[in-house]
Amino acid sequence: MPLKELFNTKPKYVTIKPPTPAPPGGVETVERPEKKEIPDGLWTKCGGCGQTIYTKDLAKNLFVCPRCDHHFRIGARERINQLLDEGSFSELFADLRSVDPLGFPDYPAKLKRAQQESGLSEAILVGTGKLEGIPLGLGVMDANFMMGSMGSVVGEKVTRLIEYCLETRLPLVIVAAGGGGARMQEGVLSLMQMAKTSAALGRLGLAGILYISVLTDPTMGGVFASFATLGDIIICEPGALLGFTGPRVIQQTIRQTLPPGFQSSKFQLEHGLADMIVHRRELRSTIARLLRFHHYGGGA
Amino acid sequence: MGNGYTLEFEKKLVELEKKIEELKRYAEEKGLDMAEEIAPLERRAQELAREIYSHLEPWQRVLIARHPKRPTFLELVSFIFQDFLELHGDRNFRDDPAMVGGLAWLDGRAVTVIGEQKGRDTKENLARNFGLPHPEGYRKALRLMQQAAKFGRPIISFIDVVGAYPGIEAEERGQGEAIARNLREMSILPVPIIAVITGEGGSGGALATGVGDRLYMLEHAYYSVISPEGCASILWKDATKAPEAAKALKFNAEDLLAFGVIDGIIPEPLGGAHRDPAQTAANIKRTIVAALEELVKIPGSMLVEERYRRLRRLGVYGTS
Ligand SMILES: [Zn+2]
Repeated sequence: MPLKELFNTKPKYVTIKPPTPAPPGGVETVERPEKKEIPDGLWTKCGGCGQTIYTKDLAKNLFVCPRCDHHFRIGARERINQLLDEGSFSELFADLRSVDPLGFPDYPAKLKRAQQESGLSEAILVGTGKLEGIPLGLGVMDANFMMGSMGSVVGEKVTRLIEYCLETRLPLVIVAAGGGGARMQEGVLSLMQMAKTSAALGRLGLAGILYISVLTDPTMGGVFASFATLGDIIICEPGALLGFTGPRVIQQTIRQTLPPGFQSSKFQLEHGLADMIVHRRELRSTIARLLRFHHYGGGA
Repeated sequence: MGNGYTLEFEKKLVELEKKIEELKRYAEEKGLDMAEEIAPLERRAQELAREIYSHLEPWQRVLIARHPKRPTFLELVSFIFQDFLELHGDRNFRDDPAMVGGLAWLDGRAVTVIGEQKGRDTKENLARNFGLPHPEGYRKALRLMQQAAKFGRPIISFIDVVGAYPGIEAEERGQGEAIARNLREMSILPVPIIAVITGEGGSGGALATGVGDRLYMLEHAYYSVISPEGCASILWKDATKAPEAAKALKFNAEDLLAFGVIDGIIPEPLGGAHRDPAQTAANIKRTIVAALEELVKIPGSMLVEERYRRLRRLGVYGTS
């Protein structure tokens, strides 16, 4: 797949915003990500070490910096290509589209822009595919679409994917990347998606079907506090920001400096949330091993 | 009203009420019959109250929901239930004073009751962490709910919380996971669960004890994905535009009823729950007793099935 197709986005510029006052009682949910690092053009500057890297080399290296191992944020399509056997992905429920149930300021325009810039219809792709020959259900979020936030469509797609796995008894893998948490623009309906997806996982669990959750940079708020942290196995990518309340809101609430590495992948491993941190290079083979341990794909 | 907390839009009414009280006192002191002078003023006060409280903006209702004198969990429990016996601790880390739970009788039926406890003054607020639970609070609630399921007791959950506590230790101990686990586990508990949002329904922190067979809201309660201040600072970089955000978020009880998120609205006394806590509690009690009578007849497996169908319907979307 040509790079142009992978990243059909316009150049993005980083603007430094002054810190907003702590929203009184404004916990969790939305915070602006500090960086949008979508590799673009011939050369890409690494967010980790500052090195300028030839973009083609970066792509060959799964968008991990060859010098410092910084894991760049990648879109849903690139992730699917990295994880699944070539050409095996078959998208499900692709026709679902967000509407504007609240008549919320600017929401339709924001959706349109997100669709144009990401080339996706929503912040998640779900479907079936094969990984080292093992059939599975796969959902992959995309942080480039409205910060990977969860509204009715993301919640519905995740729930339908879980129900699909329940019916077909396929193991489930979801790659989370939801810096925006529950999508503010759909109000309490977004909040309800947390309950809906978690309830669906309750049924999947009772049926004894494996669910592997992969947490990538950034996964916060309502996505973190629902399906993302309910995996039988939870894997983190290195160097991701993972947590419930965004660091800025915490800092403004407690008025203390946050310890270094707060809410990093390592932090979540050390505090017992995650089972392991896995380098992107090893992610596919690690998931395959886990699937075989659970007797998918004939074991061993 | 005379409770020391006057909301801006009530000022005229409160002044008039004060004047009436003064007149009454004066009449009593001097032994005068001033009924003829007082009666029209009282009529005017009633009119004014109806005028003010029947045209409240979403933001004004948020202020009522946050009123410092709004009846707290323990106050409501004392009105609604008999012989409340508090149970403590998550059996893991500590007892979270922001989340209270225990056993109680509801007209002869043993139930498990849980809810956040806000303080009524600064001292109690500090002790209760302003009713903002840590993960161990949610885990205590889950422990008590699973205990209820084990012994076949219905669960009554009262919600009044700004949000789950945003702090370093809360993150270290897995605030997100605690909430997520409650959502999953509450969805499969085979006993009736009735939740009532009595004041603030602050995002994931409120949802974490809000999955059930019936969800009700007090008339002026709100239930939102984000606080109006938080929404305003994201949208307009200005937290003082919270009143506009309160409109945009459509989080009042009537909105949520229309979205199918709640099953009913429990009326408050004119002016808000704090004006008559006993009446408020009686209204809540009537609603939950009626709902419970229906729910206890349904077998556990069917309750769980119907609960899932209820959640399954939530969300609004289209197709391409
Ligand atoms: Zn680097």
